[in-house]
Amino acid sequence: MPRRHDLETILVIGSGPIVIGQACEFDYSGTQACRVLRAEGYRVVLVNSNPATIMTDPEIADRTYVEPLNLDVLAAVVERERPDALLPTMGGQTGLNLAFGLSEGGVLDAFGVELIGANAEAIATAEDRDQFKTAMEEIGLEVPSSGFATHLDEAMALGERIGFPLMIRPSFILGGAGTGTAEDRAELARVAAEGLAASPVHQILIERSIAGWKEFELEVMRDRADNCVVVCSIENFDPMGVHTGDSITVAPAQTLSDVEYQAMRDDAFACIRRVGVETGGSNIQFAVRPTDGRRLVIEMNPRVSRSSALASKATGFPIAKIAARLAVGYTLDEIPNDITGATPASFEPTIDYVVTKIPRWAFEKLPGAVERLGTRMQSVGEVMAIGRTFPESLQKAIRSLEQGRAGLNGDGAEKAYDFLDDDELVTRACSPTPGRVFQLEAALRRGVTPDRLAEATGVDPWFLDQLAIISEARMRLERMGATGIGPADLDRRTWRVVKRLGFSDAQIAYLLSGGGTGDAAGTAPRVGEPEVRAARLAAGVRATFKTVDTCGAEFAARTPYHYATYEDEDEVRPSERRRVVILGSGPNRIGQGIEFDYCCVHASMALRAAGYETVMVNCNPETVSTDYDTSDRLYFEPITAEDVANVLDAEIAAGDGPGGAPVAGVIVSLGGQTPLKLAHSLPPKLVLGTSPASIDLAEDRERWNLLCERLSIPQPAGGIALSVDEALTVAHKVGYPVLVRPSYVLGGRAMEIVYDDERLEHVVGELAGSLAREGATTSERPVLVDRFLEGAVEVDVDAVRDRTGDVVVVGVMEHVEEAGVHSGDSACALPPQTLSDDVMATVDGHTRAIAEALEVVGPINVQFAVKEGSVYVLEANPRASRTVPFVAKATGVPVAMVAARVIVGATLAELRAEGLLRPPAGGGWVSVKEAVLPFDRFPGVDTLLGPEMRSTGEVMGIGSTFGLAFAKSQMAVGTRLPSEGAVFLSLADRDKAGGLEAARTFAEIGFELVATSGTAAFLESNGVPVATVVAKVGESGASDAVDLIASGRVRLVVNTPRGRGPRADGVHIRAAALTHQVPCLTTVAAARAAATGIVDWQRHGLSVVSLQEVHG
Amino acid sequence: MSGVDDWAAGRTPALLVLADGEVFEGEAIGATAPEGLSTGELVFNTVLSGYQEVVTDPSYAGQVVAFTYPHIGNYGVTVEDDEAAHPWCRGVVVRDVPPRPSSWRATASFEDFLRRSDLPGISGIDTRRLTRHLRVDGAMGCAFGTAPELELRRAAASEPGTTGRDLVTGVSCRAPYQCGSGPLRIVAYDFGVKHTMLRSLGALATVTVVPANHPAPDTLAMGPDGVFLSNGPGDPAALGPQAAIIAELLGQVPVFGICLGHQLMASAIGARTYKLPFGHHGGNHPVRRLDTGQVEITSQNHNYAVDADSLPTSGPFAAEVTHVNLNDGVVEGFRCTGVPAFSVQYHPEAGPGPHDARYLFEQFRRMIDEVSV
Repeated sequence: MPRRHDLETILVIGSGPIVIGQACEFDYSGTQACRVLRAEGYRVVLVNSNPATIMTDPEIADRTYVEPLNLDVLAAVVERERPDALLPTMGGQTGLNLAFGLSEGGVLDAFGVELIGANAEAIATAEDRDQFKTAMEEIGLEVPSSGFATHLDEAMALGERIGFPLMIRPSFILGGAGTGTAEDRAELARVAAEGLAASPVHQILIERSIAGWKEFELEVMRDRADNCVVVCSIENFDPMGVHTGDSITVAPAQTLSDVEYQAMRDDAFACIRRVGVETGGSNIQFAVRPTDGRRLVIEMNPRVSRSSALASKATGFPIAKIAARLAVGYTLDEIPNDITGATPASFEPTIDYVVTKIPRWAFEKLPGAVERLGTRMQSVGEVMAIGRTFPESLQKAIRSLEQGRAGLNGDGAEKAYDFLDDDELVTRACSPTPGRVFQLEAALRRGVTPDRLAEATGVDPWFLDQLAIISEARMRLERMGATGIGPADLDRRTWRVVKRLGFSDAQIAYLLSGGGTGDAAGTAPRVGEPEVRAARLAAGVRATFKTVDTCGAEFAARTPYHYATYEDEDEVRPSERRRVVILGSGPNRIGQGIEFDYCCVHASMALRAAGYETVMVNCNPETVSTDYDTSDRLYFEPITAEDVANVLDAEIAAGDGPGGAPVAGVIVSLGGQTPLKLAHSLPPKLVLGTSPASIDLAEDRERWNLLCERLSIPQPAGGIALSVDEALTVAHKVGYPVLVRPSYVLGGRAMEIVYDDERLEHVVGELAGSLAREGATTSERPVLVDRFLEGAVEVDVDAVRDRTGDVVVVGVMEHVEEAGVHSGDSACALPPQTLSDDVMATVDGHTRAIAEALEVVGPINVQFAVKEGSVYVLEANPRASRTVPFVAKATGVPVAMVAARVIVGATLAELRAEGLLRPPAGGGWVSVKEAVLPFDRFPGVDTLLGPEMRSTGEVMGIGSTFGLAFAKSQMAVGTRLPSEGAVFLSLADRDKAGGLEAARTFAEIGFELVATSGTAAFLESNGVPVATVVAKVGESGASDAVDLIASGRVRLVVNTPRGRGPRADGVHIRAAALTHQVPCLTTVAAARAAATGIVDWQRHGLSVVSLQEVHG
Repeated sequence: MSGVDDWAAGRTPALLVLADGEVFEGEAIGATAPEGLSTGELVFNTVLSGYQEVVTDPSYAGQVVAFTYPHIGNYGVTVEDDEAAHPWCRGVVVRDVPPRPSSWRATASFEDFLRRSDLPGISGIDTRRLTRHLRVDGAMGCAFGTAPELELRRAAASEPGTTGRDLVTGVSCRAPYQCGSGPLRIVAYDFGVKHTMLRSLGALATVTVVPANHPAPDTLAMGPDGVFLSNGPGDPAALGPQAAIIAELLGQVPVFGICLGHQLMASAIGARTYKLPFGHHGGNHPVRRLDTGQVEITSQNHNYAVDADSLPTSGPFAAEVTHVNLNDGVVEGFRCTGVPAFSVQYHPEAGPGPHDARYLFEQFRRMIDEVSV
């Protein structure tokens, strides 16, 4: 069936900001979908609030609305653009819910918009657990025994009836928020209450827990001729009970016989047909009882998902791209398989390797969060690795995580389990945590049997046997090391066995050095990783690259999508073009997210357009960079020195033949810290752009200070401390408050603003403790103590300098929150709203001077603090920054593309002449970036913003005034600023003066003010009326702040932290706001911005604007 | 210093040598072959699960099966999944065999099964390199084992392969036997029939399984409602009386053929078969059903195919193509337009593989019903 000709304009909804449970996999899917639809000749209208995405590049859609994702905005876009159809399946749960809402609300009918891909009935059947259960029972599929409750009493009665243990899931939720298990009545009461609050429809499903069953997923596609295929089967390493997004997962399924697999496949097809997904992909999850194979359907997602992105990368079958084609009328057999070019997409990929996905968590960033995995997803990113066997792919995945692990133990960090006895170790492994897989190996190494571990943890014995194989090889290497055998003594066969099990050279070096035998003084020679590599290569054992080809090599593949393994044959083809290797940014994590993938993708696009062949190296399956279409060659590999060296060897060899072209170099400055820290391990002449020496200079505190002094650029006063006493000395010299941080970022810990000696002693002591745990001391890694400029305005600048010294300052952003809140967590405005021309000129001048002094060739980001007209430099990073995509969206200047071209030698003048480097868009629009924080996932974590970054993503609001743009940005993060009601204010003393202006504005536009006693007294003495005065929490005789928030009367909370004195009060207020979903602002600056926003919103109301219009 | 055996879990190094001289390193698994040497025609199979069904499928008689998926043996074996009483293939080539199975269904490990079935194998092989080689150069003779490389080379070079050889006589039953309990009566020609096929037929009929050369008059004398032509190994052109037997049956009784049965039916109506470059061996081949346009994902295992152009377009045995492989356009099914008969090249019974084409057994039943009316 050909494409539909009755449709002209198609609306695509994105998934919004990166949040836990919904990350950049939807950028990957949505970008593919938009491209396909445009290539088919449709006019594409896209709405997505996330500026850091590729899909919101103005070239991807005909009309791009970077606007809040809510029903009002979408209705406005529909009214303006009059789409014929809405594709609801590309924007995750957010997109699906919004499409459903537009349908239910009559908007689609009113404007004659057809839902394509999944209709409203299918969405309701899949998403409403009651309807889904009925539907599945109708077709004879078993679902867990369960029932629904809409209030607590009902939940308790139902729970008793079903019987414990129970699993509780809220209806219409995203990534399992509010989901939990209950072993008894008390737990049920707690989890049910949370679940009811989390569900937008106040409904929870209570079901008999099937924790310990095996979990599988099938990725299924269906076309409108009713052809169905399974793209990929996935088996979870972790049994049921851990959210699939938090599980280690493996493709293909390992422990299903064909009889069981085919029965599951039949069930999956019956499910997608019954739910009524007419075209596109769906993800169907099954639980299988290990003792008898009994199979239950757990859930189905009638849309592309995190798992479908993984399945696409795992098999080379681009689900989203094909789903988009199916939605406009094609059938599977009409769509070619890109990878082979010769066969149709109506087949089921077969693979000849094993894929392992491991989530990456951020518990260290969230003090107060309990490090335990469950049915509520908590990871912020993931890695995928490909190996020929499970052990190889597992070890590669572990080192892809970049958490200091060289593989499955066999490194220094494995000692963390030494102090536990066997039983304690097994007990720990029973509780699902990020460390479980390491605990399992440690237990196996001590002789705990796989059967005992399987029994205790529910992990399938097959996986445990595979871990045991790794463990045995590990012990063998260690024994060899202990008996004085060095790398040069290993024969080819030994190398091959070990490398085929996925051991890194770093692990081998550690183990041959005696490893964990405690042979510190002893017989084992110290072996370094370079020595291991050299000996291995001398033995003729080098990485070979295989191809992901969808067909197990049955047909020739034309897409160079490679992974490394240790086999006989290398499939990398010769190249006759200059190649640039782009190192990606690895897993998403707090502090390094989609923004850096965006930069790498832009580099690839710009360099391909300029005639280079681009080679991408990355291990994050969620991203656009790991789409096989993005670059000329894709290596799905960990970003470590060893793995990158292997890729470089292969690429250099690819140019060795007659007519071959050399590798022009490697770009390390666009993927965040991940590639940057590898700069030193690369051949210096291959590092493109800013030199590693300059990168070091910017990071080396003392040399950086000297440089600033030489350039006469002021910095906040500060010093370096090696001990608590030294820290106190520095603090007393510069004066409190001070900002304290480690000179090297250790898992992002422990940046803090300190106001007194007592806290300083505590913080520095804690830092020393965590250093000691990592085997370092403060003398190796000193603590930085700097004067904290209270109330300063922070400014972020993104610029590019070329090899001739020409500099373009593309974006200057003024932060809403004052300096001290991490720039990644702060809202910011472009153009700046309060900076004088003088200050702007100073900022510009300093930026140019620093770029010049660091001899930057490529991007640079500089952060300043402005206080009372003085400009202080805080730090400079000669690499692409988190704000690059935002700047590009706000100004229309493709900063990352410009930077990439400059890195490979183009001058800014050339790029101007070419038209790539344009002047920033005029038009008077203001853009505001706001951070999205994960607090709703982590009850017990204080929502206070600080110098430690904790946001997972960002949104952008565009308006004709700052107030409108800010209001939109708040709306986009889900904080709808109120238009009436009460505002609750509780301000620290130092914030009272600053808060007065905001309070006055609130009062003037008709809000009722509620304040704690001190704040109230201050406001009233300044002529601002306070309607209700509340006591602090626990003080008797007055209406408690928490009760007031719970009552629903308060519509906005402004609570700033008290730098000195007890903080408990604020914590309770903020927690109450979070629980009752009342917007809570923790800085005075944000309160002022909100007040402005509310005023402007009341004056102008909602209007939407596309990027194409903003950029002119 | 650690020896080789320590690293390979007690396994002995072995080699796989192809007829064209390519050598692959691995370790011996399964049964110990006499002189440490086994030979056969090497084919690859791309299924992710279903190794036991593949290994016991009589169609692989004379062949050595290389699995492209690296971990083979994960869920062990169970007698329920046997496609024949014992394996007919000559050996297995894999990348990895796990130490023990993990499945509630397993009664033994894959390696135990290999040993018990007297089936040698080789593991640790770069099966992807092997597959890419076979993809280009076609199925070819091979030798593998612990024997010296020179002997393996010699054996591989002189391995005759399956072309022009009658492998059916060896795998077919010696005497008729009955199975199934359905209401109809079906005679099934055993050219190497799989158990799953008999189970599918057995649900429709009481099935009398007869040897490959069972004379047509004897079959007709049984008064069957339908005749089934099974799968089987090797070159259809090498077979003797089967095509003539089938020609006698056509028009007398409804006939349904699968795989080799399909090729023999083609020969019976005067069409030609030819050898494919490397055959179809996997569980993921898309086949279009021409009457509805539907695509079914099919299980396939064949080295030979029917030449579409050679199907008669007129006469008593006029036929038309009903199913086509979407990967390469190979004929996957045809039906006679003048007599009640149809056949498919692939495996609608699955075992292993998807169930998409099971409707064909129902179609056979309907054809029988129509004829009896």
